[in-house]
Amino acid sequence: MAALSELRIGSTGVIEVLRLPDEIQHHLMHMGFMPEARVRAVRRAPAGDPTVYAVDGMEVALRSDTARWISVREIGDE
Amino acid sequence: MSSCCTPATIEIEVKPRIAGKIHTVALIGPPNSGKTTLFNRLTGLRQKVANYPGVTVEQHYGKMSGIDRGDLTLIDLPGIYSLNSQSEDARVAVEVLHGRMPGAPVPDAVLLVLDSLHLQRQLMLAAPILSLGLPTMVLLNMSDLMAVRGGEVDTLALARELGVPVAKISAARGTGLDAIKHFLDQKSDPIRAAMPKLELPVMGNPRSYRQWATGVSTRTKYKAPLSSEWTRKLDSVLLGRVTGPLFFIAVVFAVFQVVFSIGRPLSDLLQDLLNTSGDKVGVLLGHGWLQSLLIDGVWKGVASVLVFLPQILLLFLFIGILEDSGYLARAALIADRVMRAIGLNGKAFIPLLSAYACAVPAIMATRTIENKRDRFATILVAPFMTCSARLPVYLLIIAAFVPNKPLLGDFFGLQAAVMVGLYVLGFLAALFTARLLKSSILKASSAPFILELPQYRMPTLRSLGLRLIDRGTVFVKQAGTVILSVMLVLWVLGHVPFHADLPQSVIGRVGQFIEPLIKPLGFNWKIGIGLLSSVIAREVIVGTLGNLYGADPATQSLTLKAALHHDLTLGGAMALVVFFAFAMQCTSTLAIVRRETNSWKWPALQFVYMSTLAYLAAFVTNVLITKFF
Repeated sequence: MAALSELRIGSTGVIEVLRLPDEIQHHLMHMGFMPEARVRAVRRAPAGDPTVYAVDGMEVALRSDTARWISVREIGDE
Repeated sequence: MSSCCTPATIEIEVKPRIAGKIHTVALIGPPNSGKTTLFNRLTGLRQKVANYPGVTVEQHYGKMSGIDRGDLTLIDLPGIYSLNSQSEDARVAVEVLHGRMPGAPVPDAVLLVLDSLHLQRQLMLAAPILSLGLPTMVLLNMSDLMAVRGGEVDTLALARELGVPVAKISAARGTGLDAIKHFLDQKSDPIRAAMPKLELPVMGNPRSYRQWATGVSTRTKYKAPLSSEWTRKLDSVLLGRVTGPLFFIAVVFAVFQVVFSIGRPLSDLLQDLLNTSGDKVGVLLGHGWLQSLLIDGVWKGVASVLVFLPQILLLFLFIGILEDSGYLARAALIADRVMRAIGLNGKAFIPLLSAYACAVPAIMATRTIENKRDRFATILVAPFMTCSARLPVYLLIIAAFVPNKPLLGDFFGLQAAVMVGLYVLGFLAALFTARLLKSSILKASSAPFILELPQYRMPTLRSLGLRLIDRGTVFVKQAGTVILSVMLVLWVLGHVPFHADLPQSVIGRVGQFIEPLIKPLGFNWKIGIGLLSSVIAREVIVGTLGNLYGADPATQSLTLKAALHHDLTLGGAMALVVFFAFAMQCTSTLAIVRRETNSWKWPALQFVYMSTLAYLAAFVTNVLITKFF
């Protein structure tokens, strides 16, 4: 298990838990960051942060200080 | 009607509120679902904008004449992901849907817009909306794109699952809208308006909505379309490590080049037009107080604000293109790292950049910042950016007081250095203020920066045009009314007692009265009067000073530049430009801030803060320059 922020660009992980305050968690879940959902790290912003993630057919950017509270199980490249 | 085996469901009796008769329809959907485009389609140009009482959320409504149902009012609700979020937007949506929002009519029917490209996720909003029990129609927007990209959904099966009519539409192309008309016509017919029973998840948590949505999309054979190949390809360039920032900078330069090289001449042209037409009408009115009131008071004041319209509209056009094309989100992504350093997020970048031309469109562009605290912080710092109204004052004072000694060859002289210095000063004040706000009254909230990157789309002329009309009207109306009243007050104060010249009028006396107050800054009473008059708009001081020095026998024969040079010390002159860099002398901005924050508290705070800062900075400048030069 690793933090979403540690996910290599191009590789996919399955979300396990979100450790964030309820309200943020709620918002993220509605954006597709749900336990069991597959997330792929697509690219980093030119400055290295935030990172763009593909989840549920959408691309959503998160700062690493948010993504580090989401743990994922890496399942490799797809 | 019902699906058999979802365990966590209850049956809901659904009754239309007023059987058979409908007057008001609410439009709701998640952000980026194309809701606004649909709203524009359905209402055409007959729409109104207001603020809900007590909140910053805007209320858009209009007659549904786009589908020949001008008798129905359509209310556009804010774009939201869920109903039970803590955000102000979601609260307003819930209150309006329940008919509890003061000032908003009770909706009789609901149009729920979902982006069919991401239907599975968007369906999560359907459960709480449907459970409200209002007659609802679900609209699958962007169905044309879904078909092109190989996506599919069985709308009949979906209608059976949801228990409400479902239609595929394309708001951008205007297809499928007759289904909406059909639905509303049917709801208006009392016999056929009965509603079926529904089965929906009970618990209001994302997980249960999610399970329900997944179930529904599986049973309706939803096949998500492939994500746009060229969006990804374009992103690999536009968000590339090297190409991304380069393109970003190119966009910024292009915008400014156009705003200044096209906007400026247009403004000048408009200024000439307004002045000559004012003078022509003035001749007809003869010489008297009425002519003076109408021409010098009202017309010139209104004109001094209207001349900014070309620049403002051009900026709105660019912001509109950036937003509709999807690039605005990319720009926010690129700028986030830098903006974070000052406690704001990437979405504040484009608004703050626009503020270099004019704070008004900048403040209106902050609407894309969802986080209220970040948005307010951006609104409060935007007027520190050196807007184009400050330039006439800077140019006058610099030309009068700063010798053009070459510093770096012939290209960069002392005058240019002072000008750049003033830009830097404004930027530093904005930085400092943002920091101050984020560590005090607008302390960083827990809301994180979550940025959805929509697919690139071609902006349509129609939606850009509607946006320009909408924003342009807001500016003229809001700024216009406030400015007109301030103008009238200033005119009266400048002409009472009657037949008095400006120095003997009330405003002249106030200017002289405050002289002791502004003396430490190196200003005399003439500058005092100029400052008072520039409350309308910054560049007005140039005209006022021209009148004052022109009327004074001692300086009558001199140019304004020479007269100022004669009358002010270097310290006072530099203090004056520093004062202008910081002070909030712009009634239009104050009016727009009031509108966007829906309270006088914020513009009042902004005015007091900026004026105090301007006073202190001007004082320090005067003291330092007098001491060292």
